[in-house]
Amino acid sequence: MKILVPLKRVADPDNANKIKIAPDGAKIDTTGLEWKPNPFDEYAVEAALRLTENGATPKVRGGEVVVVTFGPKEADTTLRQMLATGADRAVRVDTTDDALDGSLVARALKALVEREKPDLVLMGKQAVDGDSNQVGQILAELLGWPMATFAATLQEEAGALLVGREVDGGVITLRVKLPAVVTVDLRIVAPTSVYSLATARTHKYADGVRFSALPAIMAAKKKPLIEVPLAELSPDTSLRIAYSKFEPPPVRKAGVKVPDVAVLVDKLVNEAKVL
Amino acid sequence: MTPLHENEEHARLRAEARRFARTEIRPHADAWEEDEEFPRELYARAAAAGLIGIGYPEAYGGGGGDVSHAIAASEEMILEGTSVGTCVGLGSHGIALPPILKFGTEEQKQRFVPPVLRGEKIAALAITEPAAGSDVAGIATRAVRDGDHYVIDGSKTFITSGTRADLVTVAVRTGGAGHAGISMIVVERGTPGFSVTRKLAKTGWWASDTAELAFESCRVPAANLIGEENAGFYAIMANFVTERLYLASNCCAISELAYRESVSWARERRAFGKPIAGFQVTRHKLADMASSIAAARALLSDVVVRFLGGDASAPKLAAMAKNVATDACSFVCDQAVQIHGGTGYMRGTVVERLFRDARLYPIGGGTREIMNEIIAKLEGY
Ligand SMILES: Cc1cc2nc3c(=O)[nH]c(=O)nc-3n(C[C@H](O)[C@H](O)[C@H](O)COP(=O)(O)OP(=O)(O)OC[C@H]3O[C@@H](n4cnc5c(N)ncnc54)[C@H](O)[C@@H]3O)c2cc1C
Repeated sequence: MKILVPLKRVADPDNANKIKIAPDGAKIDTTGLEWKPNPFDEYAVEAALRLTENGATPKVRGGEVVVVTFGPKEADTTLRQMLATGADRAVRVDTTDDALDGSLVARALKALVEREKPDLVLMGKQAVDGDSNQVGQILAELLGWPMATFAATLQEEAGALLVGREVDGGVITLRVKLPAVVTVDLRIVAPTSVYSLATARTHKYADGVRFSALPAIMAAKKKPLIEVPLAELSPDTSLRIAYSKFEPPPVRKAGVKVPDVAVLVDKLVNEAKVL
Repeated sequence: MTPLHENEEHARLRAEARRFARTEIRPHADAWEEDEEFPRELYARAAAAGLIGIGYPEAYGGGGGDVSHAIAASEEMILEGTSVGTCVGLGSHGIALPPILKFGTEEQKQRFVPPVLRGEKIAALAITEPAAGSDVAGIATRAVRDGDHYVIDGSKTFITSGTRADLVTVAVRTGGAGHAGISMIVVERGTPGFSVTRKLAKTGWWASDTAELAFESCRVPAANLIGEENAGFYAIMANFVTERLYLASNCCAISELAYRESVSWARERRAFGKPIAGFQVTRHKLADMASSIAAARALLSDVVVRFLGGDASAPKLAAMAKNVATDACSFVCDQAVQIHGGTGYMRGTVVERLFRDARLYPIGGGTREIMNEIIAKLEGY
């Protein structure tokens, strides 16, 4: 199976306090931010690797995983990281973060899918910065492909995927014919979430995204990474979404300690007026 | 601050080590320190994550790379895992395997090294004896050749990972007095006459087990002799530089962790109506701590580069780096406890533990005084 995994780098949520907004509120100032792959996209890469191997012999590749990201040269780091994790090839669509929206990314991905001809586009359900949850759905629509979102489990069948989705009170299982677009949720990296045709159903993966050891980190430097100009994939680079203003969340005011429940109730009634 | 000699690979490796330590060590750090042991399975888990074999040849199951990679990963394990004892316990093969890799036969390397790097076997190095520590050339444990065996009698002490080790690289006396009569031999767990006589209780490094070992008419196959008979002292010396760089890097990581803990404590803890970071004296303490760490790091990085480049001054500079980093660590951990006040003296506070851990470094791996002896000798006075 050949799988295309789109990834986005996001500001490291552990350093969220470093995020600054330009004084005029027009955009987020990205200087000095530390980047990491969007966690859901990392999960998609892990799931893609599981689908293209026999879990018992993960060093032998049984398919191809191509990772793609949109961004400037520095975004190569994100791609190299995924090549170290195990992806086979990488594509960086050259652009800048503020020249993109979900629609443009999906339009460009459609062109890339037509070039690469993967059996599956596997992606995170959303990016943890904008939380838009759009690109997978728009892409499936543009391609006219079947789609399953928020996958918690994946099982390969001949020419299809069984996709388990967690919903209120249970699990829905969909059979999606390939080629298809599937977006993944966080449980996709649990030990028994993903099975390729080659992997025995008794196999248990280590929980989470696999670690990359030093030899893989070194080997990643030599794996193919190509750069494609955005306009080559989507001559129409216009945006459908215009950002009007960014504002930081209001600063939390210091709290007060109350001596007992009576004072608490009094304050809730008379000061906060919530009771 | 990223050391200047590190590149994107080191950054990636650090990120992986951090992720491992965050999920596999940190949640258990307090419990393992109090238990004076971490689970044996951790070796295999760390090996699967690629963290045991860093700096070892791929031909023997290692991960390639060099000492710069090994110390980068071990620093993150300490910084993020917070249990120094666990990290040094996981790393005890770092002194046990190099003599085998440098002086062993191909058969010995294939037999001893890969199972350790897979995390299946634990390796320890045993040189120190009750009556010979700094004076390595004065060891008394004897090995007498008897057919195709050596018969070993004597004892070893302060041996890191010794209570659980499956293989111990042991310094023994096969010849006359002095350094020219010492050999290295691998003794495997279960060999009759080899026993762990005591698990030692220590000031710090609690999660790392430390043992006293006894050899009583212990018959070890001559096939386990590493290198030439009576040439063992060179095998011991050959690893000094990397061991000292490793210990210096431990010190940098410990002091950096103590410093980070102190900065956040100083911002949060209030006295006389303001955070204690509001007192100039606290800020100056922190500034001195940060400066000591920066100096130790700069020297360490310099020596790593020189050592990897084959610079002849590396042995001397490595001894200096160990002392400078040790001093920084002792100073920083002491100040960290001071900034934490009574909380800093309480079990369960990270800097309390680091303060105890820090005390090892001027002693282990060659004492501060012995480092100065080496520096003085190499400076030629
Ligand atoms: C936690 C821990 C783990 C250890 N792990 C291991 C291990 O895995 N394997 C192993 O083989 N050993 C290990 N050691 C032993 C360690 O290497 C020795 O403790 C160290 O080399 C010092 O030896 P000693 O304790 O015998 O002190 P001594 O040599 O007795 O020294 C006592 C004091 O005298 C000073 N002194 C000695 N000679 C001189 C001199 N010529 N000039 C000036 N001052 C001098 C020393 O600096 C020191 O201050 C470990 C020790 C500890 C504490």
